[in-house]
Amino acid sequence: MEQIDLTVIWAVIIAFGIVMYVLMDGFDLGVGILFPFAPDESSRDVMMNTVAPVWDGNETWLVLGGAGLLGAFPLVYSVFLPALYIGVFLLLAGLIFRGVAFEFRFKANRSRYLWNWAFAGGSTIAAFAQGAVVGAYIEGFETQGMVYVGGPLDWLTPFTVITGLGLLAGYALLGTTWLIMKTEGELQAWAYRLTTPLLLAVLAVFAIISIWTPLVDDYVRERWFGNIRLLWVLPAMALVCAWLIWQGVRRRQEGIPFVATMGVFVFAYLGLLVSKWPYVVPPDHTIWDAASAPGSQLFLLLGVLFVIPIVLAYTAWTYWVFRGKVRPGEGYH
Amino acid sequence: MELDPLLLSRIQFAFVVSFHAIFPVFTIGLASYIAVLEGLSLKTGDPVWEKLSRFWISVFAVVFGMGVVSGIVMSFQFGTNWSNFAQASANFLGPVLSYEVVTAFFLEAAFLGVLLFGRDKVPRGVHFFAAVMVAVGTFISSFWILSANSWMQTPAGVELQNGMFRVTDWGEAIFNPSFIYRFLHMGLASFLTGGFVVAGVSAYYLIRGRDVAANRRALSMTLWLLLFLSPAQLFIGDMHGLNTLEHQPTKVAAMEGNWERASGVPLLLFAWPDQDAQENHWEVGVPKLASFILTHEWDGEVPGVAEVPREEQPPVGIVFWSFRVMVGLGLLMIGFAFYGLWLRLRGRLYDARGFLQGLRLMTIAPFVAVLAGWFVTEVGRAPWVVYGVMSQAEGLTPSLSGGMALFTLIGYVLVYAVVFTAGMYYLTRIIQAGMSEETAAEPSGGRPKRPFSAAHTPFDETAESAR
Repeated sequence: MEQIDLTVIWAVIIAFGIVMYVLMDGFDLGVGILFPFAPDESSRDVMMNTVAPVWDGNETWLVLGGAGLLGAFPLVYSVFLPALYIGVFLLLAGLIFRGVAFEFRFKANRSRYLWNWAFAGGSTIAAFAQGAVVGAYIEGFETQGMVYVGGPLDWLTPFTVITGLGLLAGYALLGTTWLIMKTEGELQAWAYRLTTPLLLAVLAVFAIISIWTPLVDDYVRERWFGNIRLLWVLPAMALVCAWLIWQGVRRRQEGIPFVATMGVFVFAYLGLLVSKWPYVVPPDHTIWDAASAPGSQLFLLLGVLFVIPIVLAYTAWTYWVFRGKVRPGEGYH
Repeated sequence: MELDPLLLSRIQFAFVVSFHAIFPVFTIGLASYIAVLEGLSLKTGDPVWEKLSRFWISVFAVVFGMGVVSGIVMSFQFGTNWSNFAQASANFLGPVLSYEVVTAFFLEAAFLGVLLFGRDKVPRGVHFFAAVMVAVGTFISSFWILSANSWMQTPAGVELQNGMFRVTDWGEAIFNPSFIYRFLHMGLASFLTGGFVVAGVSAYYLIRGRDVAANRRALSMTLWLLLFLSPAQLFIGDMHGLNTLEHQPTKVAAMEGNWERASGVPLLLFAWPDQDAQENHWEVGVPKLASFILTHEWDGEVPGVAEVPREEQPPVGIVFWSFRVMVGLGLLMIGFAFYGLWLRLRGRLYDARGFLQGLRLMTIAPFVAVLAGWFVTEVGRAPWVVYGVMSQAEGLTPSLSGGMALFTLIGYVLVYAVVFTAGMYYLTRIIQAGMSEETAAEPSGGRPKRPFSAAHTPFDETAESAR
């Protein structure tokens, strides 16, 4: 047990699960956020069809993450959820509404507009709530021992509202670049038009977080302005990706913007992780404080190591089967 | 009045889990039925089996989807409302609940898609195999969930260190003393639920004279099944009760409405338990029968609720009456199964309209019985969340206020009301649309899809047909 630190392995697994979730559910939430602004109803059909085959597979990562946290880092589970109580409810309610709307919209005729609203509203609320969770994580949690002792709305601050809006813009950006890749004609042109303003909004939020956080958080300032210069590769790479998106839109490239947006997310996410490492319930608790017993981590690891490759293979196969453009009138329903 | 976060959280959990439980208890039974249909279809090549299987797969898809949606909420409840309990029990419950998720994942990734959409894309044997694996998978999922619940009822294989349970023996913890009884009881309950729904829907079609050949066969085979399973459930239920008597005597005392330890205790058919007075009003009972059932001796000793202090007593009225609802419906199910046999022997099974109408109404009975049963076991262990070790109050999230709990309680009620009204409405439409239409509307692509898209019935009328 001394040679291999199970806790670090689990931190990597959970971090991987979260980034998989953010990237994959991100673009289909983004499509939902963009839904009310779509050019017309037939565009909405196409938009939904681009994500229909994959969205529920995307959300399974969230469930695996939630269960994995309880198994491997129970303190995260038992501090985050009470602290974000109202936000978690909004997140779940949003995800449920959009999931059900997804299924019923295709089968509905007269009531279709209601499901449109449920889909867009649910996606927007879920995205904002997730962004607020990120903000709350950056700000930290008031704990005594192993227990959250803050108030019910501590998570809702000007800062978390900004991160919430930031993630909303980020997911919408994933949505437009996904649509650029998956559609053509008028809908694609619309997606191109929206991409640059959304990119600027995302960069603005990044700038605010990057200036604000080191100012209020000594630990983060020490980490970034200490002696590990190599860290600056991460924001630099994020900026390179942002530039690639901008170029891609100008040159009407179809695949680069989406891949580069994922790059922006990955590098920003890594930047966030190194800012806080090894604190998982900031400001007081590290991953080792939050870990469950080694026997429990090991027991769960066996099953997860068995199933993750299968899920990844299945996911890859699904995306391969559904590769290519989605055209009006051709769906999976 | 001060809002009590503990009471509100208990109500919220009861509400969320009750709504969720309806769906898996049905899909577990139905998955096995579909596997049987697929097996018969493979063996005999008779198209009737395939027709039945196609129809029930489309129902399964929608119910499974709703089970998944409502299950997402469940996996966060422990953290939001019961964080102290989650933190304390995470070393055991975390891995066990995660294994349930892992199982469900594996299922979805590997076999569900083949079952729902692969009929014409894979060899028939493979499709049958997928059906069997989905059925097995639902049981593996319930294995983990019931292990977790049973451990909270009869904790074993752990020791408490610094406020956290540490697992000392995984085998003892997973196969804790009440697990096997609960698993069998719940497994049979799932089969009974699936059986009564299939019987009820078949009866509905037979009354309408639709797809008579297929529905006669479905009714016949499910009634044979129910004939054996409904009495078997009485037997398993009795064993489960004896196990509870050993480990949770107070719960059994509440089920019997017995306040003081005594011998020769009557089986109460009616009573109004009064927790304040610690006695019953208006008792009507069969002398000595409770003693006989519980100890298999007429003068056997039965524990009393009042043996434990007031603050460690469960609310007797709820437990007492839920138990009677469950047992009453169970006996009614046995009655229907045997009446069906009697009609069959006289060759009148498919023409007895009264019986068929009764079966139609009985569709809801197993759901009510299952919920009542869970009310018995969950309310009956109050005030404990981990029996005898951690109380519900100790398990509650410390930062939770009554207002927050009320907010989300109302929220979940609203969300579920919308979602499940839509879901039940859609299921009704699938059943009204019937089997023939379902067979006609065959999916065109062999690509992976989500559960709901296995059903093809429109959600509402088109603008034209509504006019």
